[in-house]
Amino acid sequence: MEQPWTTMDGNEAAARVAHRLSEVIAIYPITPSTPMGELADAWSAVATPNLWGSVPTVVELQSEGGAAGAIHGALQAGALATTFTASQGLLLMIPNMYKIAGELTPTVFHVAARSIAAQGLSIFGDHSDVMAVRGTGWAILASSTVQEAHDLALIAHAATLRARVPFVHCFDGFRTSHELNSVLPLGDAELRALIDTELVRAHRARALTPDRPSIRGTAQNPDVYFQARETVNPFYAACPAIVERAMEQLGDLTGRRYRLFDYCGAEDAERVLVLMGSGAETARETVAALAARGENVGVVTVRLFRPFSPEHLLAALPPTTRAIAVLDRCKEPGSVGEPLYLDVVAALQAGRRQIPTVIGGRYGLSSKEFTPAMVRAVFEELARPEPKNGFTVGIDDDVSHTSLAYDPAFSIELPATVRCVFWGLGSDGTVGANKDSIGIIGAEPATYAQGYFVYDSKKAGSVTVSHLRFGPQPIRAPYLIDTAGFVACHQFAFLERLDVLKLAAPGATFLLNSPYGPDEVWAHLPTEVRQAIRAKGLRLFVIDAGQVAQSQGMGGRINRVMQTCFFALGSGMPREQAIAKIKASIEKTYGKRGPAVVRQNIAAVDASLAELREVSVADEDSGRNGTAATEARRPPVPSAAPAFVRQVLGPMIAGEGDRLPVSALPCDGAYPTGTARWEKRNLAVEIPVWEPDLCIQCGKCSMVCPHAVIRSKVYAPTLLAGAPEGFLTTEARFKEFPELRYTLQVAPEDCTGCGICVEACPVKDKRQVGRKAINMAPQAPLREQERANWDFFLGLPDVERAGLNLGTIKNSQLMIPLFEFSGACSGCGETPYIKLLTQLFGDRTMIANATGCSSIYGGNLPTTPYTVNHEGRGPAWANSLFEDNAEFGLGMRLALDNQCEQAEGLLRAHAALVGPELADALLAADQHDEAGIAQQRERVGLLKLQLRELLQAQAAPRDAFVAAECDALNQLLALADALVRKSVWIVGGDGWAYDIGFGGLDHVLASGRNVKVLVLDTEVYSNTGGQASKATPLGAVAKFAARGKASPKKDLGLLAMAYGSVYVARVAMGADDQQTLKAFLEAEAYDGPALIIAYSHCIAHGIEMRKGLEQQKLAVQSGAWSLYRFNPALADAGGPVLSIDSKAPTIPLEQYYQSEARFRVLAQSDTARAAELQAQAQREVRTRRAALERLAAEQGGPA
Amino acid sequence: MIDLTTRYLGLTLRNPLVASASPLSKRVELVQRMEEAGAGAVVLYSLFEEQILNESHTLDHVLSRGSESYAEALSYYPDLPHYNLEPDRYLEHVRRVKQAVQIPVIGSLNGVSLGHWIEYARKIEQAGADALELNIYDLPTDPAVPSSTLEEIYVTLVGDVRRQIRIPLAVKLSPFFTALPNVARRLVEAGADGLVLFNRFYQPDIDLERLEVVPTVHLSRSEDLLLPLRWIAILSGQIDADFALTGGVHSAQEVLKAMMVGARVSMLASELLAHGIPRLSEILHELEHWMLEHEYESIAQMQGSMSQRAVAEPAAYERAQYMRALNSFDRWLP
Repeated sequence: MEQPWTTMDGNEAAARVAHRLSEVIAIYPITPSTPMGELADAWSAVATPNLWGSVPTVVELQSEGGAAGAIHGALQAGALATTFTASQGLLLMIPNMYKIAGELTPTVFHVAARSIAAQGLSIFGDHSDVMAVRGTGWAILASSTVQEAHDLALIAHAATLRARVPFVHCFDGFRTSHELNSVLPLGDAELRALIDTELVRAHRARALTPDRPSIRGTAQNPDVYFQARETVNPFYAACPAIVERAMEQLGDLTGRRYRLFDYCGAEDAERVLVLMGSGAETARETVAALAARGENVGVVTVRLFRPFSPEHLLAALPPTTRAIAVLDRCKEPGSVGEPLYLDVVAALQAGRRQIPTVIGGRYGLSSKEFTPAMVRAVFEELARPEPKNGFTVGIDDDVSHTSLAYDPAFSIELPATVRCVFWGLGSDGTVGANKDSIGIIGAEPATYAQGYFVYDSKKAGSVTVSHLRFGPQPIRAPYLIDTAGFVACHQFAFLERLDVLKLAAPGATFLLNSPYGPDEVWAHLPTEVRQAIRAKGLRLFVIDAGQVAQSQGMGGRINRVMQTCFFALGSGMPREQAIAKIKASIEKTYGKRGPAVVRQNIAAVDASLAELREVSVADEDSGRNGTAATEARRPPVPSAAPAFVRQVLGPMIAGEGDRLPVSALPCDGAYPTGTARWEKRNLAVEIPVWEPDLCIQCGKCSMVCPHAVIRSKVYAPTLLAGAPEGFLTTEARFKEFPELRYTLQVAPEDCTGCGICVEACPVKDKRQVGRKAINMAPQAPLREQERANWDFFLGLPDVERAGLNLGTIKNSQLMIPLFEFSGACSGCGETPYIKLLTQLFGDRTMIANATGCSSIYGGNLPTTPYTVNHEGRGPAWANSLFEDNAEFGLGMRLALDNQCEQAEGLLRAHAALVGPELADALLAADQHDEAGIAQQRERVGLLKLQLRELLQAQAAPRDAFVAAECDALNQLLALADALVRKSVWIVGGDGWAYDIGFGGLDHVLASGRNVKVLVLDTEVYSNTGGQASKATPLGAVAKFAARGKASPKKDLGLLAMAYGSVYVARVAMGADDQQTLKAFLEAEAYDGPALIIAYSHCIAHGIEMRKGLEQQKLAVQSGAWSLYRFNPALADAGGPVLSIDSKAPTIPLEQYYQSEARFRVLAQSDTARAAELQAQAQREVRTRRAALERLAAEQGGPA
Repeated sequence: MIDLTTRYLGLTLRNPLVASASPLSKRVELVQRMEEAGAGAVVLYSLFEEQILNESHTLDHVLSRGSESYAEALSYYPDLPHYNLEPDRYLEHVRRVKQAVQIPVIGSLNGVSLGHWIEYARKIEQAGADALELNIYDLPTDPAVPSSTLEEIYVTLVGDVRRQIRIPLAVKLSPFFTALPNVARRLVEAGADGLVLFNRFYQPDIDLERLEVVPTVHLSRSEDLLLPLRWIAILSGQIDADFALTGGVHSAQEVLKAMMVGARVSMLASELLAHGIPRLSEILHELEHWMLEHEYESIAQMQGSMSQRAVAEPAAYERAQYMRALNSFDRWLP
């Protein structure tokens, strides 16, 4: 009988087993393990039972620490419990892991192994996290393929019950967790065969129960702790054999045989690699190829890393082994070697096995590619007389010279395997279509398929590269395709900035989505593309997918069109059959979204092939197919960029970061700011165009622009000399600036085209009300002109801050934003607040940023949006962790305050030397406004000058007293800048503030220290894909709240107000921009902790992002989001402390809920529950409003 | 005993008061109350072509947008097991209403273009509706499209819908046709069993302060009766279809007039929205009272009694009447 192969990724493979073998699943989202929790939640939501017929309870906790605690409790109460996590999440579980192991409790944690944040965060895969828990007493079982992630998940669940040792089951993050591959799924029968129900009962029998009470978690003393620790030894001793037995059982049932240490290769191998995870699969395939060529090489795959069984390792090694290289996918700085290497060395020692050469090395950190070429390089190294220990492979280490050279051209790809690469935009649906294609192809008889998807670090305009392999043999190639027989470029614009043909094999098919037809396209191809097409002899096909998609009402979703063309050209499937399969897949995928969508997609399929054309490639760039050569591909950054940007960030932008050597990168993770401006991503199809005659210069467009691409300046008319023709200017309408000119300028190449500015513009042309003072127009024809205008505009001087009233929107928008062109979603609701913060206080602000969207668009390489003003000042920004951000910011404040105190002390002590007048002025400085800060900066400048002169005069003091004085002055010089007021802003999302970081936030607010907190409240975990947080409103659908959130949103503002000493504001820029501005200024001015909770519309709300401001308005009008400011400083003046800034609700909540899909989809899936939750939410609105009004009345404020 | 029964679309109704499509039929209990108050039948609120198409597209857009773009967030929504979209909810509503009441339930489909959406006619039938009202609510805005083309589309649409279903089909029309009798005849030839006169167009207004076009909804007034009254009078004798009068029915007086010009039923919604469902029983009571007082035995007796064919002076419904009416303004001359 034909085996039922199914295509799935590693996360699904593991979750499918874990869900069936668990009763309680406690989770917390963290990349790349999040999909496991989401799948488990989705299955339980539709009452999918476990092996014993009950539906596992899935709960989301406030952190991974919380999840581990909940699991610990569930286990103690006798449940079969599991969780899914990675990286920092696993680290947060460590304290509980020690406990769970110490109590000999069976459980499995499934880990999509990921890097740990060190010099920088990385979401990608390696073994840093798993290796960090090797001391907890947990068994560690590693899978190296998607099939293994499925099979070993079962082995882990089976073995833990028998061994009573808890298991970490891990597989490589992304490479395995996100790789689609053909898998033979395990049926319930196989699960039953391996899971001994007696052992389940035994686990329950050990549980805490008042019916047979016992206590656990005792405090033990020096007399017995040590002995008690040794009691568990027999369990660890027995564990390897238990795992081995379970593997044998599975092998008997399925034919898939695994060993604790699996050897493959030549029987008489002399050179052997030892490694675990997906790299082992690459090594196995390479070894098979090399051994077939007669090389005496082999590889040991480590499956059970803990408890480490030396005898099993030794038994796996061929007796002929003379040299071993142990490869670790992690780094342990300062150690003799990485963990696996050390264990192998110790195991050889324990087994008294003499192997002349044993070396260790590192590979594949943070999903760095690990290819057959690299495997061969390690074998070649082993063949050298004195091979390198502590080597690296896959990078160019030109600092410590650890790296091994390898030949990138070496390949072991099977000729029968078809390899296809697709370049797409995130928003065009390329990846989704390719996942669909993999499903279709993988379902064909005797066809195996693999899909892996590479995403860039931007949220708007992200580039995706899909790598698809399929063929008649199983695909065992966990590395990217390096030569493809089919290359598709789904966006014509990529050609000018990316080398999309670098992976094209000679004679490959190149499918291009082109707005130009077969007769015109050649003239529009960059020189390099033409050269590549000719040199490699490619067949070029074009289709105007945009036009076809438009004609079918599909907008920019060109995926269906391109997928159809792929099937016609590259799938190897007969056309008719392929089309039928696509259509069937459409029915399956879109059926529940309604027949209209199904028909639309099917119509797109039918319309596509007729438009697909082959282009006859011209020999010369003339004649029918081409005029003179067009432009060459443009460099990733302009030549005017600083050297670091050109030489280091440029290659990263171009997707060539893998080529950068170690020496190119900062050793401590510190990067320059002001780099996003060099990227020039040209994402916008349309950009705003200013109408000076209509504009009232209110600044609203500029304020709401999420990407800081609309700027205004006032300047002297004389400065217009040399302005480009077409540079727009008008008379400034500012009472502070009579006689000056005004320009509103758009950055055409940085705009994302979200259109929020147009929505914010309050002006309507009296002759044509649809026309505003700013309107969208196609970017391409405007690009050159506006680029010149933008450059000229940047050269105009910025407005002098001192003395300017920043309390009006229009004035505030003359301030230069020190946060620009971020990679946030187009139309992001968070970034305007950060931008405003930087406009108002950016020149003196340190930002502590919680992990999440804001840390990604704020600090994800290659570039950062934080930048500097003309004085070189700007926000200093850092991200510590997700959970500790408030404390991190508090630490910054403590250091700054301490430095200021030290500087003041030194100044007082040496006032006579530096001049009493200057010292007094510095110590008594009033820095409450811009002018005061500017004056203090001048004074500090003078102080430094004075100090330098004094120190110069005493260049080599001989007198001890003078030397001590000089030392003090030197200290003062180093600390002098601390005398200028600095702000600390603690920024993060609701996942941080309401959930994982709440304890710390609460403590920091209570500390009374002068820190400012900005909570960008999107009401979900936006960065990991919309999981519910405690900020999620009642009745909203989110992941882990698929039936609508049943509890009300936590009132963070009220909690903070309860201290009475914290400034608190709730703002929504789209509803009241002036109130937002006021809140920021008051928070900054308040001498103590301040909290601003900012409504941030988000792509996860299911809204048109362009209408984000309107949604904010509806939220406020309905009372779902009330605006207020609570200013304890006003109490002294006897004024009202709490000011409610929004009216009592003027529209029913229903109107707001109806306008956002996050609420609407609940009505679509469960009408009765939606109505019930909405009614409850409406009551909640009334109650909260009443409570706020009562509080305001008590505080003497207007209700 | 007065016989109030009437035949409409082949159905026997206990009286000619039919609740026309309105928000009142969105809740089953309100339909039950209308039945209790005496409604002869109920036309359910309309399922719009746009709802059939747009909700599906919007859902797809929302679920797809932002997905598979960024490694940490490959989607933004949980994959719910099913989506009960408005068309499905409508069908479910038809089923529930049918179970809850005895009076005939007429489904309503509102749309104008030719396309797959009309398959919902069959689905409404399968859900149990006794008849279907197809509301052709079109506002032509393209100067390049002549009336003949539009009329052809309407006729084709009615034919297409007719082929989808076996239950009776009524077509609700607007009064804005150059040759309404001809259009009416062609629609009936294409398969309409009844014609509902007239559709009310909701006219947008302008907010002068905000310079915005704003939607408005005004309830009908008794004066609105006169337009459908005249046209049913003209058409009922000439076109072989059941006529329903809708718009401006607020009392028994209007019901009587509607019957007399030849309507089989008179539909009302504004009156019920403004003054409550009990108005149905009041109007019925007034109706019986009037008939008793004027010695009418049955509704059938009066139906068509004052149609253009039946009246002594047919020109009263035609242009001549217009001239006379205008001249009557003379008495307001200063």
